[in-house]
Amino acid sequence: MISVRDLTMAYGSFVVMHDLNFEIAEKDIFVIMGGSGCGKSTLLRHLIGLREPAKGEIFYQGENFTTTPLEKRGEFIRRFGVMYQSGALWSSLTLAENIAMPLEENTQLNAKAINELVSYKLALVGLSGYEDYYPAQISGGMNKRAGIARAMALDPEILFLDEPGAGLDPLSSRRLDDLILRLRDSLGSTVVIVTHELASIFAIANNSIFLDTVTRTQGATGNPNNLRDHSENLAVRNFLQRGEAESHASPSPP
Amino acid sequence: MPPDDSAAPRARWTHAGGAVTLELSGDWLQGGVAPEIQGDGPKSPPTAYQTGSLGRFDSTLPAFLLAQLRSLIPEKSTPKPSLSGLPPNLVGLMELALAVPEESEAANKPSNPSEIKKLGKFSLRLWSNVLSIAEFTGQAMLSLGRFFRGKARFRSRDFWQILQECGVNALPIVSLISFLIGLILAFVGNVQLASFGASLYVADLVGIAMVREMGVVMTAIIMSGRTGAAFAAQLGSMNANEEIDALRTFGFNPFDFLVLPRMLALILMMPLLTLYANLVGILGGMIVGAAVDIPPVLYWNETLEAVDLTNCFLGVFKSVFFGVIIAVCGCLQGMHAGNSSAAVGEATTRAVVASITGIIVLDSAFAAIFTILDI
Repeated sequence: MISVRDLTMAYGSFVVMHDLNFEIAEKDIFVIMGGSGCGKSTLLRHLIGLREPAKGEIFYQGENFTTTPLEKRGEFIRRFGVMYQSGALWSSLTLAENIAMPLEENTQLNAKAINELVSYKLALVGLSGYEDYYPAQISGGMNKRAGIARAMALDPEILFLDEPGAGLDPLSSRRLDDLILRLRDSLGSTVVIVTHELASIFAIANNSIFLDTVTRTQGATGNPNNLRDHSENLAVRNFLQRGEAESHASPSPP
Repeated sequence: MPPDDSAAPRARWTHAGGAVTLELSGDWLQGGVAPEIQGDGPKSPPTAYQTGSLGRFDSTLPAFLLAQLRSLIPEKSTPKPSLSGLPPNLVGLMELALAVPEESEAANKPSNPSEIKKLGKFSLRLWSNVLSIAEFTGQAMLSLGRFFRGKARFRSRDFWQILQECGVNALPIVSLISFLIGLILAFVGNVQLASFGASLYVADLVGIAMVREMGVVMTAIIMSGRTGAAFAAQLGSMNANEEIDALRTFGFNPFDFLVLPRMLALILMMPLLTLYANLVGILGGMIVGAAVDIPPVLYWNETLEAVDLTNCFLGVFKSVFFGVIIAVCGCLQGMHAGNSSAAVGEATTRAVVASITGIIVLDSAFAAIFTILDI
C-alpha cells in the first residue's frame, strides 16, 4: 500500500531522521512510535504531503507520490483522512459543518443525506448531540474525537491519526481502539497512527516502526507484540516495556 | 525576624591528600541569605560530604550542589559522583537530577555575531521577504484567475461576513478620520490663502488633495491597521491550530478558500470607501469654509469645478491596488506565522508595517507615472 524508500527528513540543516525504509500493507494498523521529539509527527506530515523529503521517496500503491507535482496530488489526497493532534477543527464552523465540508466538496449528496452522515460519524465517536457546538465550546478531548469523525467523513482508504489517544480517558481510548478495529474490518481501511499509548499499541497494532532518537534512524519494524520481547534493539524493548527491559532479548519463536 | 548566625548557610571545601570534602552547614532556604563559600576552589568533585551541622533545606541546596558538580565533572564522563555523607532524602534528589545527562545539543550556544554578520543576515532576510511576497502575490493572482474561470471554491457565507467587516464596519472610523483630514487641510490651507484674499480656493485645495491622494492613502492606511491586522491574526491563529494544514489534506486550496474572499472583499470595498472618504473630507473642508464665510453652496460649486473626473478616477484606481496590497500582506504574514501566541502578534505587526510601506511606495510610483503621463 505505502512504500517508503531511503527517506531522510530534515529541517534546514538539522536532520530529524535519515534512511527510513519500510512498508505499510493494506489493512495494516501501523503505529509510528518513538521517544519524544524523534520526528513521529514529522514522518506523518511527510506521508501526507505537507512536507517534502530532503531525500528519498514515498510510493502509494506503486505510484510515486514524491515526484508527483503538487497540483496533481489531489488524486492521492482524496484517499486520505487525516486527524491532527489537537483536532484542528475549523474554528468558525460548528462540528456538523466541519464534518460536512469534505462531504459537500467531494460528493453529490443532498443536504439531508449529508446531515445523516454527519450525525452518524459523530455518534461513532460518542459525540451525538454536539452537532451545533463550536470547537471553542467543547473540551480538548472532544475536539480530538470530532477531528477523528471528520477524518472518517469520506470513508477514506487510509486513515492517518496523530496522537488520537493523548488526553482521552481510558474508556474513551478503548472505545477509539474498537472503532479503529471496526473500521479496518468493515471498510478495509489502512490506519497509520502516531502514538505513545502502549495499551492501544499492543491492543490493535499489527505493524509498526520505532524511530530511534539516538541513532536518528529506524530502530525496528514489525508487530509491537513481537518487538516487545524479541527485538534485538534494546531501546525498542525498553520503550515497549516501559523501562523494564533486560539487556538480552528472548529468542524469536520458531 | 532574620535567622541567627548559627543557621546561616555555609559550604566549606577541604582538601586532605587526594580526598575533597565538602562540609555543608546551616539552613539553606530560598527566603534566607546567600550561602557563604569557604575554602579553596576545588578541582574535582567531592569524595565525601559532611552534613553534621546541616539544618533545614529546600531546593536551594540541591541546586547549588548540581551547579558545583556540573562545573567539576568533565562532560560525558560515566562514573556517577560520590554522594556519601549526604542525608538520604538529598541523595534521592541528587540522583534524580543527575540521572539524565545534559542534552548538549539542546543548549543554545549564545552567539555574538559581529555587526557585519548581523547586517548580512538582515539583508538576506530582507531579500527572502521580498521573494516570498512576490511568490504569494503570484499565487493570489492565480487564485483570482481561477475565480474568474469559476474554478475557485470558498464558502460564500465567509465572503459576505468578510465583506461586511471590511466595508460597513469600517465606515465609522473612515468617516471620522476623513472628516478631520479635510478639516485640517482646509484650516491649514486657509491660513496661507487668506493672506492673499483667496480663501475660496480652499475648496480647490481640499477637493484635489482629498480626491487624488489623501482620501485614498488615509483610507488605505486605516484599512491596513484595521483589516490587514485582522487578516494576519485570523490566519495566524488558524495556522497555529493546524487548521490550514487540515484544509490542504482535505483537498481544499488554502489560497482559494482563505485568501481569495479576503482579497475580493477589499477590491470591492476599497473604491467605495475611498469615494465615501473623499466626500466626507470635502464636507470637513466645507465646515471650515463656512467658518470663514464661504457659503456651502459656493464651496461646493468651486469644488466641482476644480475636481474633474480624471482626478476622481485616479484615486479610485489606486485604491484597488492598495486593497490588493493590504490583503496580500495580511494573509501572507498570517499564513507564515509561527506557532506561538507571540508569533501571531509579530505577524500582525509585520503585516501592518509591510502594507503601509507597500502603499506609500506604490503611491509614489503612481505619482511618478501620472506625472510622466501628464494626467
